[in-house]
Order: sequence, then C-alpha cells, then structure tokens
Amino acid sequence: MVSSARTLERDLALRRRYRKERFMMGLVGLGTGLAFLVLFLVLAYALAQGASALNLDLFLKDMRPPGETGGGLRQAIVGTLIVDGLGLLIALPFGLAAGILLAEYPDHPINPYLRLLSDTLNGMPAILFGLLAFILIVKPMGGFSGLSGAFALGFLMIPILARSTEGVLSLVPKEIREAGLALGLPRWRVILSLVLPTARAGLITGVLLAFARAAGEAAPLLFTAFGSPLLELNPMKPMDTLPLRLFAFAISPYEDWHRQAWAAGLVLFGLITLTSLLARWASRRRF
Amino acid sequence: MKRLYTHFGDRIFAWALLFLALGVVALALLMAWELYQGGSLALRRFGLWGFALGTEWDPVIQKSFGAWPYILGTLIVSLSALFLSFFPALAAAIFAAEYAPRWLAQTINFLLDLMAAVPSVVYGLWGIFVLAPWIRDRVQLPLYMWAAEQAPWLLPFLGVPTGYGLMTAVLILSAMIVPFTAALARDAIALVPKEHREAAYALGATRWEVMRMAVLPLARGGIIAGAFLALARAVGETMAVTMVIGNSHKLPYTLFGGAATMPSVIANEFTEAVEDLHLSALIAVGFLLFWVSMGVNLAAVYILRRQERLVKGVL
Repeated sequence: MVSSARTLERDLALRRRYRKERFMMGLVGLGTGLAFLVLFLVLAYALAQGASALNLDLFLKDMRPPGETGGGLRQAIVGTLIVDGLGLLIALPFGLAAGILLAEYPDHPINPYLRLLSDTLNGMPAILFGLLAFILIVKPMGGFSGLSGAFALGFLMIPILARSTEGVLSLVPKEIREAGLALGLPRWRVILSLVLPTARAGLITGVLLAFARAAGEAAPLLFTAFGSPLLELNPMKPMDTLPLRLFAFAISPYEDWHRQAWAAGLVLFGLITLTSLLARWASRRRF
Repeated sequence: MKRLYTHFGDRIFAWALLFLALGVVALALLMAWELYQGGSLALRRFGLWGFALGTEWDPVIQKSFGAWPYILGTLIVSLSALFLSFFPALAAAIFAAEYAPRWLAQTINFLLDLMAAVPSVVYGLWGIFVLAPWIRDRVQLPLYMWAAEQAPWLLPFLGVPTGYGLMTAVLILSAMIVPFTAALARDAIALVPKEHREAAYALGATRWEVMRMAVLPLARGGIIAGAFLALARAVGETMAVTMVIGNSHKLPYTLFGGAATMPSVIANEFTEAVEDLHLSALIAVGFLLFWVSMGVNLAAVYILRRQERLVKGVL
C-alpha cells in the first residue's frame, strides 16, 4: 500500500500548511488590531473627557488664572490660526517654487539635491526648526514672539509643500503643456496659466495638509511663540497656541486646568480633522 | 543646464524659481551651521567626544555638560518603540494591501492617516493621565511589592514607581510611529506585480505562502525604508516623550525609571537656561540630534530609491 501511505503523507503536509495559513492569518488580524489599539484608547478618552468641558465660553473667553474656574481658550485658538497662517505665508513661495522646479524642469542640475534635502528635512525633528527660529529670529529680536513661531512652523512646512507640489504637478497630463507650447506660449505662461490652474485642487489639498500638520506642533513653539494667557493680536509679542496651552495645562497641578487640557485636545483635534476633511473635499472637487 | 528656451520671460522665471527653491538648500545648510555655531561654546569647552560621551549633566553646581544620558535614552526609547511597533504595523499593511475587502482597507488607510494627524501633545496628555497611572498601579507597584518580598536586591533596578519613565514613553511612541511603517509597507506590497502572486498561486501556494515567498521579498526594501522613517520620527518625537518620560539627568539604568531623550531635554530646559554655557550645551544637543536624524533619514531615502529602481526593473 505504498501509494495510500504517500497520499496520507501529502494529506498531512497539506493540513499542516493550512493550519499555518490559518495561524498566520490570525496573527495578521491580531497585529492589525494591536496597531490601532492606542489610537482608539486615546480618541475614546479625549472624547469622554473633553466633551464635558466643551462649551461656548471655550471659544469666546480667554483663560482664567489658576484657582478660578471657567474661562476659555480664545487666545489659544486665535493664536493657532495667526501663527500657523503666517507660517504658511512664509513657506508658500519657497515650497511652491521648489515643487515647480522639481516637476516642470526635470533636468535642472539642482533637482537631485533639492529632492534629497526636501526628503531629509521632511523627517527632521520639529524641535530643530524651533531652535533655528530661536537663533535666527528670537535672539536678534530680543524676545519671544508670534512671528518667530510662524517662522519655525514655516521652516517646517517648506519641505512638505515642495514634495506635495511636485507630486500634484507630475499628475498634470503632458498634453496640456504640449498644447500650450504648440500655441506658441512661452514656458512660464504655460506653467502659470495652464499647469498650475489645472492642478489647483491638488495644490490646495497640499497646502491644507501642511497647515494641519503644523497646527498640531508644540515643540518648535516652546521657545519661539512661547504662549500668552491673554488674547494677543500683535505678532511681535508672545502668542498662545492650542498645543502650547494644552502642554502647559497638562503639566500643571490644577484639576480644572486638566479638564481644560482635554477640551483643548478636542478643539485642536477638531481643527486638524476639519482641515484634513477640507483637503479631502478639495482634492475631489474641480475648481 | 541646456538652454531649451530663449524667451526672455522664461529665463527670468527659471531664475526666480531657482532663487526661491534655493531656500530649501539654504534651510538645510543654515540649520547645520547655526546649530553648530550655537553649540560651539559647549563643544569647544568639552570637545565633541567629551560632550557626546560625558555622563554628567549638571547646569547648577558643577556646570558640566555631557549628553550621553540623552543620547542613550534616545537610542533605547526609539529602538524599543520601533521593535514594538514593527510587527503590528506590518500586519496592518499586509491586511490592508492584501486581504481586507475594499471598504475595510479604506478604513485602515483612514485610521493610519488619523493616527499620523493626532497631535503629539494629545498622545502625551493621554500618557500623563491614563497610561502612566495605569503602569504605576498595575505594573510597577505589583512588581515592587513582589521584589520587596522575594528579591530585595532587585529593588534599586526598579526605580521609584511613579509611572513616568522609559517604559511609558516607549509604549506611547510605538503607537505614534505605526503609520509611518505601515503606510510605506502597504505601498510597497501594493506595488508588487500581480504576476508574481499568480505564479505562486498557480503552484498551489496558500495565501500566507504567497505572501512570504512572492510578495514580501520584493517589497522588502519599502518595508525597511518605512521602518527607518518611523525610526527617524521616533528619534525626533518631542512632546509626548517629554510629558511621560520623567526627565531625569541620570543614565537610564532601569526599564521603568525616569530618563530623557535629546529632544526632551531641549524642550524641557531651553526656557530655563539662563547661562550661555547651558544654552549652548542644549543647542549642541540639537546639533547632535540633527546629524543622528540626518543619518537615519538618508538611510531611508537611499533604501527607498533603490527599491523603486528594483521594482521598475522587475516590471
């Protein structure tokens, strides 16, 4: 009965392989669950803790000194928008130009270096951009300021913008450029009047994502924007932002501030989610 | 540059672009130079190696600065976090790219985006108020009680059970870097040509065997690049780590005890540094951090470029 023994052997081997298949599938499923475990826990706690502290005052009033309950985060919300917005203004020309150069002038001798530096700067610790802004802006100006924070975030956004712009422009069909050149348009007109408008939706998405990324940063602002307990609209003065305020509240010993820290987390997370949703919406829409 | 266009406006436009784009180059050079300049006072006083390998960080009495506790802390925290997060991240990538139905794969991609978008301070907040107390009450205290009765010699290695320390930082950090490994691994797996899978299936391989023999070897470069990118993030992660690691000046000699990393010491002490030497020492730590992170990032970029060429070659 040689053949049946061989069949049995093959059968056993097959079963072993199927067992292994099921086992590995189980591991993959388990690992996937584990990967998202902390995310779920963090979001659940932020919602549970932050929701009770959410109210209208949060958006309309400035923070209160320790010991007094109530108050809000107006100064931090406004500050986040100002510092982040100024940062974007600083970063836009440099990031866009680098992206256009990478995508529209593929043979430019500087491109390999530009791409390499953008990629490495993209992975640089955010706090180093803060150090650079401290040395370049805070020291000469003689004090912390919203503007120096904007520079720190701007530095951070430049490489992100460069790479996203390049990615979006490379998706624009070659025919559009050829059509423009065939009509006798100079190249700069082709880029400004044909390529960029075609890619507008994608460009807006990239800008919004860079904004969202910078909005969550606290590290580079610790010693640039520095924070302020009252609403400050002058960028030459220290300014508050949500991540900074959250950090200060979280490491404070006051119960009420801890509650407000969760609320700040929720507002910050809401702001970032809103921006990302806008970005997603923009990428689908034709402008 | 070959001059393809002679139009006057084109030349001005190209020069203007180049001028602005050089901002990226200037940014990188400025960062390296200014950090070196800013840290030169400390680097000259102690020497590069004396500074990097010195174990004494005492801004108040001895005024001596050695960055080794922070370098070691950074290495331990980031490598452990990478080790902990790698397999779950890879599993999520395999699941999303290969096995999940479309809607579930999209959900996973959305969750990965979400995870990368949650600000560092929010992870830190959760660490301070949820994870650290949990570790203190459920892990450290029981361990402490047990050691007090059974093995008193272990006590000095356990540290004071506060909940704030290496272990807590590693756990939070490992969750934070999952999206970086997972996203790149997913893309690398999705890029493996269908023919490779089909050939293996035709030979009668099970789904796992297809994964292990046909897909993973080809996607390896992308997966490794993802791990390096995650490592770079872990090395530079500041706020969450600062909030839970306990910020100790001593060499980290226990898994649960307080420690500090290069970014966390900068974040923690920078606004308190009143003396020039202290400030310079902190900027010098930033200078070292710049090069560590530059090295890890360059490795990731190099591996990724090679991978792209490899996959193109196969296709």
